[in-house]
Amino acid sequence: MDKSKKILKRNLGQLTIPVIAIFILIVFNLIRDPGFFAISFMHNNDGNIVLSGNLISIINGASELAILAMGMTLVTAACKGQDISVGAAAAIAGSAFVKVLKSSAVITGGTVLAAFLFACVVAMIFGAFNGTLVAVFKIQPMIATLILYTCGRSIAYWINGGATPTVSSPIISALGSFIPGIPIPTPVLIVVVVAIIFRLVFHFTALELFTQSVGINGSAARLNGINATFIQLLSFIILGVCVAVAGTIGVSRLGLINHETLLLDIEMDTILAVAIGGNNLGGGKFKISGSIIGAYVIQMLTITLYAMKVSSTDVKAYKAIVIIFLVVIGSPVIKVKFAKFMSKVHENKRSVSAKGAERA
Amino acid sequence: MYFRYSEVTPLTKGEGMQDNALLVMRGIEKRFPGVLALNGVDFTLRRGEIHALMGENGAGKSTLIKILTGVYQMDGGEIVVDGDKVSIRSPQDAQNKGISTVYQEITLCPNLTVAENMFIGRDKATWVQHKDHEKRADEILQKLGIPARSSQQLGSCSLAVQQMVAIARAVDMECKALILDEPTSSLDDKEVQMLFDLMRSLKSQGVGIIFVTHFLEQVYEVSDRITVLRNGELVGEYLTEELPQVELVAKMIGKELDELSSLRDDDQQKIDNKEIFYEAKGLSSSDALPFDFCIRKGEVNGFTGLLGSGRSESVRAIFGADKVVGGKVRIHDKPVKITKPIEAMKHGIGYLAEDRKRDGIIADLSVRENIMLALQVMNGFFKPISRSESEAFADEYIKALHIKTASRETPIGSLSGGNQQKVILARWLLTHPDYLILDEPTRGIDVGTKLEIQKLVLKLAQEGVSVTFISSEVEEMLRTCSRLIVMRDRHIVGELKGDELSQEQVMKTIAGGEA
Repeated sequence: MDKSKKILKRNLGQLTIPVIAIFILIVFNLIRDPGFFAISFMHNNDGNIVLSGNLISIINGASELAILAMGMTLVTAACKGQDISVGAAAAIAGSAFVKVLKSSAVITGGTVLAAFLFACVVAMIFGAFNGTLVAVFKIQPMIATLILYTCGRSIAYWINGGATPTVSSPIISALGSFIPGIPIPTPVLIVVVVAIIFRLVFHFTALELFTQSVGINGSAARLNGINATFIQLLSFIILGVCVAVAGTIGVSRLGLINHETLLLDIEMDTILAVAIGGNNLGGGKFKISGSIIGAYVIQMLTITLYAMKVSSTDVKAYKAIVIIFLVVIGSPVIKVKFAKFMSKVHENKRSVSAKGAERA
Repeated sequence: MYFRYSEVTPLTKGEGMQDNALLVMRGIEKRFPGVLALNGVDFTLRRGEIHALMGENGAGKSTLIKILTGVYQMDGGEIVVDGDKVSIRSPQDAQNKGISTVYQEITLCPNLTVAENMFIGRDKATWVQHKDHEKRADEILQKLGIPARSSQQLGSCSLAVQQMVAIARAVDMECKALILDEPTSSLDDKEVQMLFDLMRSLKSQGVGIIFVTHFLEQVYEVSDRITVLRNGELVGEYLTEELPQVELVAKMIGKELDELSSLRDDDQQKIDNKEIFYEAKGLSSSDALPFDFCIRKGEVNGFTGLLGSGRSESVRAIFGADKVVGGKVRIHDKPVKITKPIEAMKHGIGYLAEDRKRDGIIADLSVRENIMLALQVMNGFFKPISRSESEAFADEYIKALHIKTASRETPIGSLSGGNQQKVILARWLLTHPDYLILDEPTRGIDVGTKLEIQKLVLKLAQEGVSVTFISSEVEEMLRTCSRLIVMRDRHIVGELKGDELSQEQVMKTIAGGEA
C-alpha cells in the first residue's frame, strides 16, 4: 500500500497537469451537456455493431497524434529538440503504402502487410536521414528536419505520379475504422499495441536509461561508454516507424492518399502533446504516458470546441488560449511556486497534528 | 564608490552584540523535510574582516549563506544588520540591505563588455549611458587594481578577472558584506593571489567578507577569523592565528586526524614483483603527445604536474576518451586496442573524469540510476538491470561509501559535491574494475570525504586493483601513491618512487631543477 502510494506520487509529479487538464475538460463537458460522453451501440455501414459517441471519436481521432507523440518523446529526450517533419514524412509513408497496394491486382492481407512494411522501411530511411543530420552532423533538430518538412510532401507527390489514388478494400477499411465483430475502432487498438511495444522495449532493453543519459549529459554518457550518436539516430528511426504507422492509419481512414492534406499540421500538435505531457522539450527525463495523455487532451479540446459550435476557423484561436494556460501552469516558475505552497500546507498540517499529539 | 563604512555604528545594545559587528545571525534554524539543516547557529561578521566559513559538505554552510542572501527563509533565529533586526525576503532584498554574493560559477554575461556587466540591470534610465558607465567602471577597476578595461568583452578576460569584475559589481552596489562562495576553485595560483589582493583591499575599506572554500591553505593565507559548522550546528568561532590547521580539520570532521599522516603501505618491493596489468608504448591521442606508461596489479601510481602539463590528457588517452592516434597497448601482456571508452571498460578500466559536472554526473537521474549506469553499459543494450537488482546495488553502495542522500531515488544533482563524487565512484566500483583511473577525485570536496576516498583507493589496491590517481594537491598524492610520474609541457619528465617521494623532490622535478 505504502509502495503503491509512493509510485503514484512519483508518477503524478509529471502527469499531474495533463491528468488535471483532462479531468477539467471532462467535468466542463458534463456540466455543459450531461449526455456528452454517452456511449451507445449502433450499426455502421458494414452492418457491424460498433461503439459510438463523443468519447469514442475523441479517443479514435487522437490515434495518429498519440502514436507520433510517443516517438517524438524519444527524439525530444535524446536530441533535445523536435522533429517538425513528421506530417510530411507520414505523407511519404502513406504514399509508399498506397504505391505497393496499387501495384497488385487484388489486395490481400499479405499485400497490406507488405505495403505496411515497405512504408516502415521508407519512413525509417527518412528518419535515419534526419537522425544523421542531428546525431552525426550535430545540426539542431528543428533545422535538420526543416529540410524534410519543406520537401516531404513533394516527394510524396512524386511517389504516386501526382495522383491521389483511392484504395478500396475491406482490409483497408477495417484498418481505418472497425474490424468486423470488434466494436472498438481499429486505430485505438493500434495505439494500445504501439504503447505496449514501447513498454516492452523499455523493459527488455536499456533504451530508457541510455536515452535519458544522452539527453541530460551527452559528454558524461559518452565517457560511460554509451554511443550517444547511435542512441540519437535510433530515436529518429523509432520515430520513423511511428510515422509509418500513423501514415497507414491516416490513409486507411479515408481509403485514399492525399499527399497535400494527410496529417497536415500534425507536427505542432505532436510537439504540443509531448509538452503538455510534462516532458522537458530541452531533453532528458521523459514519460511516454504523459505524451499519450497530452495527445488526448488536445483532441478532447478540439472536439469540445466543435461541440460548442465554434467554427473550424476559430477553433485554432480558442485552442491556443487553453494551451497558453496549460503551458504556463506547467512552467518551472509556477511548479516551484506550487511546490513551495504545498510544502507550507504540509508543514502546517504537521504542526497541527504535532500540537494535537502534545495535547493528547 | 559608495562604501557605507563611514557610517557610525550604534554601540553595543544587547548581549552578544560586539562593537564593529556588521552582521549578526543568532540562533538560526532551518528545517527541510526530514532534516534539521541548521540548529541554532550563530554567526557574526565584523567590519573589515575576512571571515572563513568552514565545514564539511552538508555541514550547513550553503544553507546559512542562502538564508543570509534571501534564497531560503529561516525557520527560527534572527538576523541583525547594522544594529537593526531585519528579515531578508529575497536575493534582491539582501542586496538592498548591502549583502552581496559572488558565486562559484560566474553569473555574468561573457558577450557583454566589462562596463555593461557592471551596470546591467541597475539603471533606471531608459537609455544605457555607455560613456558614463565606461568612465565609472574604469575608475572602479583602477581603484580595486583589477587588470581589465571597461570596454573589453568580459569573455575575453581570464576567469579570475571575470570573477573580480563580479566582485567589483557587487561592491559598487553599496555592499557592506560580501560573500565569496568557493571563488578560487577554478583559478590558478597567480590568479588566486590577485583575488586575495583584491579581498585585502576591500577589507581595508571596511567591507566584511565571508569566504567559503575547501582549500585550507587559502584560509590560513587570507582570513582573520574562522567559524566552523558541523552537521548543522556551530562548533565555534576562532581567530585564524590561534587555530592550527590540524585542529581545524579535526573540528570540521569531528575526530582527531591521527590516521591522516601516513596511509600508504610502503612495501615497494612487493609491488615491484607483481605482474604488469597495463602497458602502453608511445600512446598518443588528439590531445596527448606520445608517452610510455605501465601499471602493476595492485599498484597506486599518479600523474603530477602543473595544470595543463598534460596529466589529464594522458589518462584520457589510456581510457580512449579522446581520439587515440597511435601507440601500442598491452593488457595482461596481450596486445589490445582501446580507442573508445566502451573498449576500455570491457578490459576492466574505469575512469572518473576530472570535471564531475560536465563529464561525470547525469544530474536529473537518480542516485540509483547514476550508480548502475556504467554496469548497464557493460552488460549491453539488451540486458537491462532489473529494478530490484539496481535498487539492491544502490543500497549497497550508499551504505558502503556513506553516501548522504535522502533516498536512492533522489536526483544526483541535488546532492553535495562530495556525495556526488562518491556516487560516481560507486558507479565504477560496481563494474568491479581491474584498473581505476581517478582524475581529481577529491577536488572541491570536504576533508572528511577526501580522507575516505584516499582510504578507499588504498583498500582497492590491497584487493589487487590498480589505481592511477591524479590530484592538484601533491601532498595528497604522496600519501597514496607509491610511484609518481611527473609531467611538464605535455612530456613525462621524471618518475619518482621510494625515498624520492617528497614534496621537495616533486616540486624540483616539476620545475625542472637538477632532478
